[in-house]
Amino acid sequence: MPVLELRGITKSFPGVLANDNIDLTLEKGEIHALLGENGAGKTTLMNILYGLYKPDEGEVLVNDQPVSIEDPNDAIEHGIGMVHQHFMLVPVMTVTENVMIGNETTRNRIFLDHDAVSKRIREISDQYGLEVDPNAYIKDLPVGIQQRVEIIKVLYRQADILILDEPTAVLTPQEVKGLFKIVHSLVDTGKSIIFITHKLKEVLEIADRITVLRGGRVVGTTIAGQVDENKLAAMMVGREVNLIVEKKLAKPQELMLEVHDLYVRDEREHLTVNGVSFDVRAGEVLGIAGVQGNGQTELVYALTGLLPAVSGSIRISGTDIHKSTPRQILEQGVAHIPEDRQKHGLVLSFPIYDNLILCNYYLSPFARGVNLQEKTITSNGLELVKQFDVRTPSPSLPASKLSGGNQQKVIVAREFSRPIKLLIAAQPTRGLDVGSIEYIHSRIIQKRDEGTAVVVVSSELDEIIALSDRIAVMYRGQIMDIVQAGEITKEQLGLLMAGVHLSEEEKKAKKPATVVERVF
Amino acid sequence: MKDQKVKDTSPKPKENKSLAQEIAAGWQSLLLPLLAIFTGLLIGAIVIAVSDAKVVEAWAQFFQAPGAALAATWKAISTAYGALFGGALGSPKAIVEGFRTYVSTGESTDLLKAIYPLSESLTTSTPYIFAGLAVAVGFRCGLFNIGAEGQFFMGALGAAFVGYNMRGIPWFIHLPLALLGGAAAGAIWGAIPGYLKARFGAHEVVNTIMMNWIAFRLSDWLLNGPMKASGFRPVTPNIDQTAELPRFFADPLRLNWGFPLALLTAYLIYWLLFKTTIGFEIRTVGANPDAARYAGINIIKNFVLAMVISGALAGLSGSAQVLGVDHWVGQGFSAGYGFDSIAIALLGKSHPFGVVLAALLFGTLRSGATRMQSMAGIPIDIISIIQGLVIIFVAAPAIIRWLYRIKAISGEQTVLTRGWGK
Repeated sequence: MPVLELRGITKSFPGVLANDNIDLTLEKGEIHALLGENGAGKTTLMNILYGLYKPDEGEVLVNDQPVSIEDPNDAIEHGIGMVHQHFMLVPVMTVTENVMIGNETTRNRIFLDHDAVSKRIREISDQYGLEVDPNAYIKDLPVGIQQRVEIIKVLYRQADILILDEPTAVLTPQEVKGLFKIVHSLVDTGKSIIFITHKLKEVLEIADRITVLRGGRVVGTTIAGQVDENKLAAMMVGREVNLIVEKKLAKPQELMLEVHDLYVRDEREHLTVNGVSFDVRAGEVLGIAGVQGNGQTELVYALTGLLPAVSGSIRISGTDIHKSTPRQILEQGVAHIPEDRQKHGLVLSFPIYDNLILCNYYLSPFARGVNLQEKTITSNGLELVKQFDVRTPSPSLPASKLSGGNQQKVIVAREFSRPIKLLIAAQPTRGLDVGSIEYIHSRIIQKRDEGTAVVVVSSELDEIIALSDRIAVMYRGQIMDIVQAGEITKEQLGLLMAGVHLSEEEKKAKKPATVVERVF
Repeated sequence: MKDQKVKDTSPKPKENKSLAQEIAAGWQSLLLPLLAIFTGLLIGAIVIAVSDAKVVEAWAQFFQAPGAALAATWKAISTAYGALFGGALGSPKAIVEGFRTYVSTGESTDLLKAIYPLSESLTTSTPYIFAGLAVAVGFRCGLFNIGAEGQFFMGALGAAFVGYNMRGIPWFIHLPLALLGGAAAGAIWGAIPGYLKARFGAHEVVNTIMMNWIAFRLSDWLLNGPMKASGFRPVTPNIDQTAELPRFFADPLRLNWGFPLALLTAYLIYWLLFKTTIGFEIRTVGANPDAARYAGINIIKNFVLAMVISGALAGLSGSAQVLGVDHWVGQGFSAGYGFDSIAIALLGKSHPFGVVLAALLFGTLRSGATRMQSMAGIPIDIISIIQGLVIIFVAAPAIIRWLYRIKAISGEQTVLTRGWGK
């Protein structure tokens, strides 16, 4: 008997059929992966299950009983809990307080009963191996532990069905292993899990059954042992996908970027880049690996003039730019694919063609004096949209109407269509679908082969390995090591990302240089 | 997922469908403000009815004479709104007949009398257009200029000063100089909070409010001291005739060159905002300051620039009122033009053409209200209530959508889900 069954769920938004007659069953004690590209309808489906949307058609059955889920409280009542990708925690409160929020246990109906809740948290963490200190403040905890708190929150509300939304997106490889152990201990005690992801390797590692969504429909449900990555990727995208970044050996030329002993403070005045030195030559890709929040963001901001350097030097083709404005740096021939495309990369309310000239609107041929040349701007928009395969009915639509992948393509189109000699790409494919990742990776390598120096910052190890010629690993604002891409294993990189220096034997255990597979 | 878009590329939206959506979006952006105005008038009608003693009395007898209650209600509302719109637009019949008399006999008295209400409405709209543009330019740069009132006052004083102080120069020098003087005074008043924001991060809302008070008290002093005309009242001397914005018709019609000047200015602001790199920068800073910085745009410069332009426009608003209508400045001269202009910019969606339409509406209501007060005995404040309601409905379109069961079109829907879970 399935613990959860979705029957014929259909949900349309004006103009889009987000879920089309979706059936899904979850057995007791099962890990069921829901796989699909962004926009395939995974999130809509889960939001329906969690009571955030109402389906147009179809029904939800819990333990064979049809239920109506109007809001998250109903979902919790039926034993359905959700761990969101972006944690819903209050940083300045303790673990106990965060677990209590919305479900406060009280003494005499007035006083919060911290002790009872802490006790319950300890019981839960002992039972499932979710080690966490109930009195710790969230802001002091690493991301992996914060995720445990989210899981405890759900278990505290006695959920039997857990929905994990992209749970590995923010974790190191080691933390992912820890999470998987927890997930297994959960199903061992009879919990059932829906695991949402777009990473193929993880799915094969953790799931019992896999349901693939595409374009709002179920493409198929299979058992993990019966498929491989290529097959899953093809199901997701609807065609055969090139899982390997094809690239020739790099031909590094003259020094393009030299960073020496750089210190940067973030907006809250914390010293987050702590004496970083490296250089990049024209025609090579330097990958900067690291778990999010280890200074990569601020490093990129300093390189592009968005944050001032406290000390140290940044030279581009020999010119020191550490005191230059963003515009002066752009005019040096620096392209920047920003980490947060909606914050820095796009003006969402502007039409696509205006976003395509965001960095050079004041230059010929887009402006003559102060007069914007509308014809040139729109024809430039049409051309780039075509050239970079941005899927949109018209370049005059606002950028907000594009999917994430197409928004990123707009940024890539803008940055690559200028004459550039240094490309700084921060998380260039975060949250994108397989097709877009494939496309953007091949474009980056194409730029490299044209003689552009490339810095790729990514928290996805597979992306770093796929693109880089050399890899620098950042940890707590410092560079742990810079290595040749072919000479290090993923596990060794994982250790460096966690701040562990490699011993001599480990360094010798070289991995043969092969074509590296891209993983999602 | 980072960006939870309902919209998707894989079932690719058909081109014609999305075009239809575009049209629907355009239609809605017009329909919603119209319905907001309509709803404001409707609720205003209720207020008029319940504040009328006769209507209330008739309703007390509703079960004895339901017809009388309804008739009394209808009478109160129709008299009030009849006077309002009659006072604002005049009678079409009288205009046609006046025109006929003028063509056949050359006698213009009837015609002028017939178009007098229209002339008053446009005259009242003129400062609204300038001041609405002022606030709109601020909005476009992401700045909330509440100081239009003070800038309006300073502009009026600046224009008056040039107007009465310089004598014996030809009008084609004196008038532009007076306008320039008003614009400059307003621009300075706007630039101060703009600079404080750019340099020290001081919030422009607080600073523009403070600048309003400084402007009011400064004007008290100026009108009682340095700028006081001879006599008892704290007013400036009359401006010289060469500084006046010429009127189109003989007295009492006050429609003057300020009105076409306002329309021209609206077009210039449209050109500046949407057709030039200057406007591109202002709009980028307003729509997404982070992206503006990323693109190398100098945010500080644009904050100051936008406040200077905004202040200059508010200053022009005051100048147009002095040079075209009053010809002197007294205490309380600004009379809420600057504050109403916030509402106008909101109603006009911060677009110059929208501002013109919203200003015409406000001007019409204001000038009609005077007649409504004298004809129907309805206090002029009812107009403020209607204006307030319209603004609420424009600021919260969800209410209008709910009232009239208008579905939001896709794209707007995505806003609901975007960022959810962050």
